[in-house]
Amino acid sequence: MQIASTWILMRRGINEIVRVPGAAIPGVLAPTIFMVGLTAVFGNLTQLTGFTTDSYISFLIPVSLLQGAGFTGAATGVNLARDVELGWFDRLLLAPPPRYVLLAGTVLSASLRSLIPIVLLLIVGFAIGAHWPGFDGLLIAIFCASSFSSVMACYASGIALRFKTQSAGILMQTFTFIAVLFTPAYAPQELLTGWLATVAKYNPVTQILEAVRQGFVGEVTWDGTWPGLVALAGLGLAMVLFALRQMQRTSE
Amino acid sequence: MTRFAWNLRVSLALSRRALRQALRRPMFFAPIFIFPSLFLAVNTGGAGSAVNLEGFPDVNGFLDFQLAGAIVQATMLSAVSAGTSLALDIETGFMDRLMTAPIARSTVVWGRLFTNLVLGAMAGIWFLTVGLIFGAVIEGGVLGALLILVLAALTAAAFGSIGSALALKAGRVSVVQGVFPLVFVILFLSSAFFPAALLQEPAKAIANVNPMSYIADGIREPVIAGIFGNVLIECLLGITSVAALGLFLSARAMRGRLRAS
Repeated sequence: MQIASTWILMRRGINEIVRVPGAAIPGVLAPTIFMVGLTAVFGNLTQLTGFTTDSYISFLIPVSLLQGAGFTGAATGVNLARDVELGWFDRLLLAPPPRYVLLAGTVLSASLRSLIPIVLLLIVGFAIGAHWPGFDGLLIAIFCASSFSSVMACYASGIALRFKTQSAGILMQTFTFIAVLFTPAYAPQELLTGWLATVAKYNPVTQILEAVRQGFVGEVTWDGTWPGLVALAGLGLAMVLFALRQMQRTSE
Repeated sequence: MTRFAWNLRVSLALSRRALRQALRRPMFFAPIFIFPSLFLAVNTGGAGSAVNLEGFPDVNGFLDFQLAGAIVQATMLSAVSAGTSLALDIETGFMDRLMTAPIARSTVVWGRLFTNLVLGAMAGIWFLTVGLIFGAVIEGGVLGALLILVLAALTAAAFGSIGSALALKAGRVSVVQGVFPLVFVILFLSSAFFPAALLQEPAKAIANVNPMSYIADGIREPVIAGIFGNVLIECLLGITSVAALGLFLSARAMRGRLRAS
């Protein structure tokens, strides 16, 4: 029963993309422009001593994957806020499935929807010279990025339920922006300067980024993978609790 | 009251309204101040080691170089905000009421441009303040800082004319907001964030002919070197070319809109 309800809500989220393909364009276009543009702008950073690869696109593509997936998750929150504004969510709250099912359907649909920007970014990235990360590296990258989308969807859903307006979308996008870019996004940790070096060191998304990046810039290893999985699990748990708390408040 | 004085009064009244709208709604002011600030922070910390690259201009720090990028980014995003706001007026019918009022049509566009002048100067003040707090040095001194504010205001107004043209042509908020990513295409294909000589091809070739490069370099020069006539003239020519294009397109779009209605 619970699984069926979750699936139906997931289908609804996916239908929004399948039936209105234009809705996916902003989520795809922005990370693609950033990936190609930043490669053109900062590409010569690879000449710096200590840079871990000679291909900047290979270094940057994991950032774009997380960015594309993260913004897809944030967009799920905006859609939920729209449902709250229109009263649709109130009707869902009166339905028999438990609250966590309502959240699960929304959040898991983000994971599937994120596959659109992930696949398109990979195609563009490989077309302009990104290294092939191997099948294991590719699978880890896709898994981590789509899971990150769910984590961001949990956060964005919590914000949507807290503020109950689409105007809160700016909070969802800004947090995603900060989470992904306050990491060794443009250069390896050793080359970061100032406060960003410190923030990136303790930002859990750094571990996720390094797990996604490992295949593109070197070998895939378990040591390079597990910290990312732990960070995903920890962040996921925190965001699920945050979203459930907000849902409980909404019910009260 | 002369016709000019009357039009100026109407333009300023519309400008005050647009400015209040921009500062009261996060959807309008957030892109102008928050996103460029975050981008400035990330670029400075993330690519700060770039100053060690061979061929990088002599600067006190990467923040000094990046300030101009943040300012031109804010001015372009203020144009998107201006366009969005005008499109909202069209969607909600406020524009129709203005069209039936005894005012010159051009005051609708001039009002937006005055607003952008103010927003551009505000963005300049914001980023210079942030820069000084975090250790940037303005080589051009007080005069250089004032010049930056003037150039930022003019740049915002110039790009505002493009935003207005787009809003008048499309008449829909979603279309105007859809150009948001294109702002970054123009910025990435210029010397706004990195020296043109160190960009990768084909961005390097495009940056050399992109007016945005000349505008960014003109705003950057007072920060990293001082005030130089030739750079300033190139910057003003860049701003003028953008403004001329924007005003021409705005006038055309306005005529088209009136003909259609």
